[in-house]
Amino acid sequence: MSDACLSLRNISVFRGERCLLRALDLDVSAGDAIHLIGPNGCGKTSLMRIIAGLTSAETGDVQWLGAPLRTDRDRYAQNLAWLGHNAGLKGDLTLLENLRFDNALRRNRPAAHVMAVLRRFGIESRADVMARGLSAGQRRRAALARVVLSEAFLWLLDEPFTNLDQAGQADVRALIAEHVGNGGAVLFAAHHDVDIPETRVRQLQWQTVDGQ
Amino acid sequence: MWKWFHQLASPPHIYRLAGFWAPWMLALALIGVGVGLYGGLIKAPADYQQGDAFRIIYVHVPSAYLSLLGYVIMAVASVIGLIWRMKLAHAVAVSAAPIGASFTFLALATGSLWGKPMWGTWWEWSDPRMMTELILLFLYLGYMTLHSAIEDRTRADRAGAVLAIVGVVNVVIVHYSVEWWSSLHQGQTVMNEDAVMPASMLTPLLIMIVSFSLFFGAVLFARLRSEVLLRERNARWVKRLVTGDASSLSKGAQHA
Amino acid sequence: MGSDPTDDQHSVVIRAVELRPLTVFAVMLGREWRLALRRLTDAINPLFFFAVVATLFPLAISPQRAVLQTIGPGVVWVAALLAALLPLNALFSQDHGDGTLEQYVLAGQSLVALCIAKTVALWLVAGLPLVLVSALIAQSYAMPVEAMPTLALSLSLGSYTLCALGAVAAALTVGVQRASALIALLVLPMMVPVIIFGTRAVVLASGGEPAAGPLYLLAATATLAAVLTPLAIAAALRISLE
Repeated sequence: MSDACLSLRNISVFRGERCLLRALDLDVSAGDAIHLIGPNGCGKTSLMRIIAGLTSAETGDVQWLGAPLRTDRDRYAQNLAWLGHNAGLKGDLTLLENLRFDNALRRNRPAAHVMAVLRRFGIESRADVMARGLSAGQRRRAALARVVLSEAFLWLLDEPFTNLDQAGQADVRALIAEHVGNGGAVLFAAHHDVDIPETRVRQLQWQTVDGQ
Repeated sequence: MWKWFHQLASPPHIYRLAGFWAPWMLALALIGVGVGLYGGLIKAPADYQQGDAFRIIYVHVPSAYLSLLGYVIMAVASVIGLIWRMKLAHAVAVSAAPIGASFTFLALATGSLWGKPMWGTWWEWSDPRMMTELILLFLYLGYMTLHSAIEDRTRADRAGAVLAIVGVVNVVIVHYSVEWWSSLHQGQTVMNEDAVMPASMLTPLLIMIVSFSLFFGAVLFARLRSEVLLRERNARWVKRLVTGDASSLSKGAQHA
Repeated sequence: MGSDPTDDQHSVVIRAVELRPLTVFAVMLGREWRLALRRLTDAINPLFFFAVVATLFPLAISPQRAVLQTIGPGVVWVAALLAALLPLNALFSQDHGDGTLEQYVLAGQSLVALCIAKTVALWLVAGLPLVLVSALIAQSYAMPVEAMPTLALSLSLGSYTLCALGAVAAALTVGVQRASALIALLVLPMMVPVIIFGTRAVVLASGGEPAAGPLYLLAATATLAAVLTPLAIAAALRISLE
């Protein structure tokens, strides 16, 4: 996997009529950490959604292993972990029930493994609490736990640091470093500078309209 | 072939093409309607059973035909738009919907005008064709409401396309089920299709069908033009068009 | 299928984890069922609605036995369909609101299987209970007991078709404000064949005649809906996230 796994070719991001980003080319390989940085409204989330394959770009295409996403969406998604603005938790299910569902659709690890991941995020004591009873920070941790549980190659984290305290933010940085160190790839969006320990982070920044 | 397809589908090209054909089609349609109406209302003899009331078929039948054709056009354009992601096809579907709905309404109105002297009532529930037309009108209204309810245009186009495709499968089932149902309730036989029409009645009807279709095409092209302009309002060729540089149209076509 | 938990603890690799669609279906159905049990009031409200609507007709038309017997099949059917519309609005809009819809689409597993599971779960929660209540209501409309099996079977088939088509409409209107009326406008015209076949079967059975004909037609429409709509639902859900 020395070559790029994920490539963006000539991608433009529009919001309604406005072009936020034009003709972006980007290659992502194993061991890459890429930080999309910019103020609110510059199109970070829109770009993330395009990379995830949720939205189709106005121009250009996203390629996974050399083929456009649309040719085999599912295969791509199996290697993708998505952290969106909403945690993706069902309020009427317990934290553990929520994550066991995601686990069942992914690697289907034993229950003890799921608990171990919860412990890592310091929320194992909340495992049997209905998700509606979790705090915003705990929901964020739960969503991050799902990312870890997926054991996916490519992580797309949209604003992973929001709602987290200092320790939580440090955890996320360590998590990204570990994933990249293990040969995974991470793209994350955050509006502030982020130092990831022992990791070279490529920053992707743009003024609206002109790319990179 | 593919290149031709793409050139045909480029917005400025379609804009120009539709602009060229629409007036001609409209003119032909108006002449045809004049000839057809003269033939149907004046030259053709009165029906031996229905008297002069039958003459409403010269509006009713073309309208009913176009109400179905409009939905088929919408569905086919939707399939093309969804599979080949061709935005122009969605513009065609969106433009066709209100025209098809209008003809559906016209078919219902003329049918009910005909029903008053024939059945003694404006609305006869047991007539299967009127029922199908009514359901078709609801399907059109559903499509247009859904399209206008979704703010994002791309999403609206694609969601509408899915609905149109589901609807076209559905309308076939609706048609047969309603026919089956009406046969249970002794629906009056109306406008017997098997009866042989004399040429003096049939020819004006065929002329009317062709003229109505041309009219449909002319209105579709006109609507398509404004739809294309609306969707492409930020494109360079539209800006040149508005600022009045006529020669730029062909350039725009190559550009896109 | 990733049964060994130790092999990739230290290196992340690209690989395919394709589950069988049946597994995906079972996992999703289990989750939806559990959710439904925790929101029982949501499931009960349509039943009350059904009963109340059916109560209005004798008041509005006539409490005479002969009249009730005539309108009975139609009232039960129409009221049941209207009641089955009620839960449609929440079907996908909740998933959209809490972010789980994105996770479903990006799970990389058969979205069609997920959609079938959602439809079946909806039918179990919103369709089947109506069938049970309909027996009570039909009784009060003086429907003969011999017609009950036909009523139950026809309503079961018909309500599945409604759930399937309703799921399409619900998926198409994800993110639309106040979508309930729009969903009804989209779904009800499409239910015409089901109403025709369903009421006909019950009328025949009430008169002591064989009702197999319309029941077969009803089964055919339900099968068609069950097979084709999941594709439309999956497509509509992907579109709704664009």
